Amino acid sequence: MKAAHQPTQRPRDARLLVLDAQGVLHHAQRSQLARFLRPGDLLIANDAATLPASLGGMHARSGAVVEVRLAGRRSLEVDAVRDFTAIVFGAGDHRTRTEDRPAPPPLRAGDLLQLGPLQARVERLLGHPRLIELRFAGTPDEIWAGIARHGRPIQYAHVAQPLALWDVWTQVAALPVAFEPPSAGFVLDWQMLHALRERAIGFATLTHAAGISSTGDVALDARLPFDEPYHLPEATVQAIADTRRSGGRIVALGTTVTRALEHAAAQALPLRPGMGLATQRLGPASRLRVVDAIVSGTHEPGSSHHALLQAFVDPVLLRRADAALEAGGYRTHEFGDSVLVEASREIGRQPQRSPRQASRTIVRSGAESGCAGLLRPA
Amino acid sequence: MNTLRDDPLAGLRIAVTGGTSGLGLALVRALSARGARVAFIARDAARVRRIAQDIPGSHGIAGDVSRKDDIHPLALQVTAALGGLDVLINNASSLGPVPLALLADTDCEDLETALATNLLGPFRLGKALLGALAASARTGAQALVLNISSDAAVTPYPGWGAYGASKAALHHLSRIWDAELREHGVRVLSVDPGDMDTPLHAAAVPDADPATLKQPADAARVIVALIANTVAHPEFA
Repeated sequence: MKAAHQPTQRPRDARLLVLDAQGVLHHAQRSQLARFLRPGDLLIANDAATLPASLGGMHARSGAVVEVRLAGRRSLEVDAVRDFTAIVFGAGDHRTRTEDRPAPPPLRAGDLLQLGPLQARVERLLGHPRLIELRFAGTPDEIWAGIARHGRPIQYAHVAQPLALWDVWTQVAALPVAFEPPSAGFVLDWQMLHALRERAIGFATLTHAAGISSTGDVALDARLPFDEPYHLPEATVQAIADTRRSGGRIVALGTTVTRALEHAAAQALPLRPGMGLATQRLGPASRLRVVDAIVSGTHEPGSSHHALLQAFVDPVLLRRADAALEAGGYRTHEFGDSVLVEASREIGRQPQRSPRQASRTIVRSGAESGCAGLLRPA
Repeated sequence: MNTLRDDPLAGLRIAVTGGTSGLGLALVRALSARGARVAFIARDAARVRRIAQDIPGSHGIAGDVSRKDDIHPLALQVTAALGGLDVLINNASSLGPVPLALLADTDCEDLETALATNLLGPFRLGKALLGALAASARTGAQALVLNISSDAAVTPYPGWGAYGASKAALHHLSRIWDAELREHGVRVLSVDPGDMDTPLHAAAVPDADPATLKQPADAARVIVALIANTVAHPEFA
């Protein structure tokens, strides 16, 4: 597949490859997504807005230029904005492939970082020379203002032009808590939300602080995804219960939604609303307890995308889908085309039945160079 | 505290543009006094800081809604400060030419300024915050955008061309957006507060007798009542 280089969320020619529960492939215009959902289904999106999480500045002790990428936070509470996990790069910007970026100067606890109007302190290193916990100085309002004014969206070399926040906020973006866009949601616009309503397809959201998809370092990438806080609203839990009761399907818009829902389901079924911290790495023993189908970006074979989707379908079917994506010239990365994968009948979670099979491995692949990771393998 | 707890405004998350003078400031004060959580936006950073200190619990955000590049940083700070948003009040307004001028004497740039502040600003900020407003509506709340309009939006007063045309456009935008967003639980209303004793009115009509003008606090009371009434009766709960 070819990379999508233009930061257009909904190109007119955006495409959708559907792999249905019978293993049949359909090529479609992505704007027609609603036609592949059924009345009574529930589409669940991540309504996190994306932070301008790339902060340029200087390492005070050495005078070296650095780029700090905020990468994690323990909580979604609005006042919990002082402490972040962050990746630090040396000089340069997104136009250099992440794996070619120079290392930052040696960092020590107590070092000060001047990041535009923001001042941060390195609290400690997290077992890697570029992974730190930092603490911003100032009040929450001052910190938010500094991030809002000075930060840039995190981006990667396959999109050359600098991204603005409007490029990375989905149409339903609400709380600014994601570090990279929950880009499966780029498919949404208000016309589609209207079409869903017309077809009696439910729409609900959760808020999940989507983390970064690539660090450029194999050892660090192996530690992804970091813990990601999420909030599951009461109304969404209710909508899921209602959908289940009436035999509808739960369709996750993106991997972050899948990770949050499956994490919540692992804590309690029926689901409980509220805050959670998705720490799980879905693996061989994990099962899909809530999600029946996923809408996501396309990704190269061999990537974590495949591993994730194997929770939904058989690898043989996936290979057929890959071949179709390749032959059809589908575009990849966060501004690329999309897939809708329905859990196949052999594997998928059956309504009203306790899950048992569906325990495919979900593995995070290693460094995916210069890849903004439309699919953020959970 | 029982009155506060029963007040539909208590805890409501509200953003007000142009919140450091005139009607905007009166709204920030009145809404805060009713227990709403208020973030306000204005251009003068020093004034924003001062007023945020004056009104405990309020969040002051410096920025210019007429500038495209300011919109998303402002929206981010609003939702970050309040943890979401239930009500957006687009109050910041520009007269266009000051002193007022006949339309044929109005510089294009002054018309552009009026449109940027009075029409594009509310449109852009409304779009950027629509996700947060719709998220509020999905919880069963009645989300609301309130656009401050004027009788100049309806009546063709000579000398008020730039302002009147921009407010007329805002008024019609409000009506269309309201029709489109009602199904998502978001109302968009435009409201005419009447002639008030504000810096904007003084710039437009310097020799007006303040005694003939409404006090901003009185106009704010009416708008606050409208908000309370609207959010107390969600259409889609």
